Amino acid sequence: MIKLQNVEKIYRTSSIETLALNNINLNVKKGEFVSIMGPSGCGKSTLLNIIGLLDAPSKGIIELDGQKVETYHDKAIAPLRNKMLGFIFQSFHLINDLSVIDNVEIPLLYRSTTARQRRELAEEALEKVGLSNRMKHFPKQLSGGQKQRVAIARAIVGKPEIILADEPTGNLDSAMGNEIINILQSLNENGATIVMVTHDDAMAKRTHRLIRLFDGTQVL
Amino acid sequence: MLANYIKIAWKVLLRHPFYTFITLFGISLTLTVLMLLTSFLDHLIGAHYPETKRNRTLYIERIVMQDSARQSMMSNSMSFKFLTDYAKTVKAAERVTIFSYFNGSNAYVGSRKIKLNITFSDADFWRVSDFKFIEGKPYNEQNIANGDYVAVITDDFKKHYFANSDEPVIGKNVEIESINYKVIGVVKGSPITRPFTHADVYFPYTAPKSNYQNSGMVGNFIAMVLAKDPSELKAVQSEFQSNIAKIPLPGNQGGFKYNILEVRSDPYLINFLTAILHGGPGLRNIFYGVIGFVMLMVMGLPAINLVNLNVGRILERSSEIGVRKAFGAPVKTLMWQFIVENIFITFIGGGIALILTYILIQIINTSGWIAYADLTINFKVFLVSIVVCLVFGLLSGVLPALRMSKLSIIDALKS
Repeated sequence: MIKLQNVEKIYRTSSIETLALNNINLNVKKGEFVSIMGPSGCGKSTLLNIIGLLDAPSKGIIELDGQKVETYHDKAIAPLRNKMLGFIFQSFHLINDLSVIDNVEIPLLYRSTTARQRRELAEEALEKVGLSNRMKHFPKQLSGGQKQRVAIARAIVGKPEIILADEPTGNLDSAMGNEIINILQSLNENGATIVMVTHDDAMAKRTHRLIRLFDGTQVL
Repeated sequence: MLANYIKIAWKVLLRHPFYTFITLFGISLTLTVLMLLTSFLDHLIGAHYPETKRNRTLYIERIVMQDSARQSMMSNSMSFKFLTDYAKTVKAAERVTIFSYFNGSNAYVGSRKIKLNITFSDADFWRVSDFKFIEGKPYNEQNIANGDYVAVITDDFKKHYFANSDEPVIGKNVEIESINYKVIGVVKGSPITRPFTHADVYFPYTAPKSNYQNSGMVGNFIAMVLAKDPSELKAVQSEFQSNIAKIPLPGNQGGFKYNILEVRSDPYLINFLTAILHGGPGLRNIFYGVIGFVMLMVMGLPAINLVNLNVGRILERSSEIGVRKAFGAPVKTLMWQFIVENIFITFIGGGIALILTYILIQIINTSGWIAYADLTINFKVFLVSIVVCLVFGLLSGVLPALRMSKLSIIDALKS
């Protein structure tokens, strides 16, 4: 489902060159739940961003569902991100000015769907994360765990094949963190391929496979 | 999607009331000035009382004579005879009226001096224009042929001249420049901004001091030519021009030898602009310069300010931009979102401006600053206002949207 070959990422400024990822080779199969761990600054989020086409590698090949990413031009990758990928961020990144249901509908705004279809799909996604009773609420009225569940609903509303989660439990207490992992596991059991960056060993143990990074290099 | 954009725009407005106030204040003030200008322009050049037939009227205002080298020029209004010979004879026209420009004059009520404007006209003046007679009737061909000392006055002059202005004044006398005239009609006046029909007192052209008997081509008369239909304006123009072409060249006017003679018959707007546009490159450049400067001051500077405010506002929402991009929003769509939001805000400002303009127009119309001012917000003014709102919204929205589109997703999400 996700294939990375010799991926390298270098950040350049006028005077410094930083190697963030070095020769990463990765193969995530369809339906796998993979966690990425490593110390701060080792390149976990950079790797996730590259898999999620939020950033372009300096070198190497990326394939998603057998499709090689040839260009990083906005016109070409925006539809790929929209249809294939769903993102869950550590700090939720909900739009405070929109209600829960409007937040969840966001990925569907960029497809040809009717307002009614969008509403139905968003309601379905919110039901899956147990928040059907909070549809009209605004993010500020929710707890951290509820916000992350809204973010998960937003990530799955478009039925993407790949879900990328960047420390989804990082801002939550352990009980809420567990709740979120339970939801991710259930999504995985229903066929979603998930790549999750985490600092938490206990969470990582609940995934199928662990990838460890150190100084931008894959060590496990 | 549009509802989503508008929801966001509305919430953003509510998020910072002071910022919103400043933004809307700037937009509505700018648009109020523009709407007032549009309304004033419409007042100047639109077809309004008593020149409601402007769409099928041609104006003959000046005769221009030049030598063959175009070194010297003589430009003036025309004699009554000239217009009778060359304009009144246009067969394609429905009617032609010859009348003088308004002139200043004085009347006395006891020791009180009243300054007024007077015009001399033929009887067709009342048929080509659309004056509303509050009392009496206009003078006719018979009055003119008889050389009757009669006058049509405006309601405003009546108020100033007669002690009891509520009583009818038909048949009463007014003394102007020591001559007594019998009032035969009272009309609702025409504002000074419509100089072809404006006056306080109208006399038949045969009344004293009109100088209608002047020989030669120049004098103090002008003409309005009414076509049967707007589509016939060209035919009327062409017939008039062929009449003018019959004047033998070269000629001599009061010692001035000319080889080129030009008399234009133009619709109101063209006639209005001709003096400027035919005033040589200097005057034309000044005209365009002034228009450009006014547009820059009225629209450009506030738009630049708004661009600045919008850039700040958009960058404040970089997290939202990052999320939308991450979930597949193409840059083009996001740009469109911010432009739509900006247009939405501009339209709110436009709504406020419309109310402000309405209030100001009422104040101008009732204040008496311009007598008989009848500024309105009609459909044309409203349509122009909508277009102005759109242009303003686009002007101030495109640049911030472009700036936003350059944000990388990672940077946007980090901020």
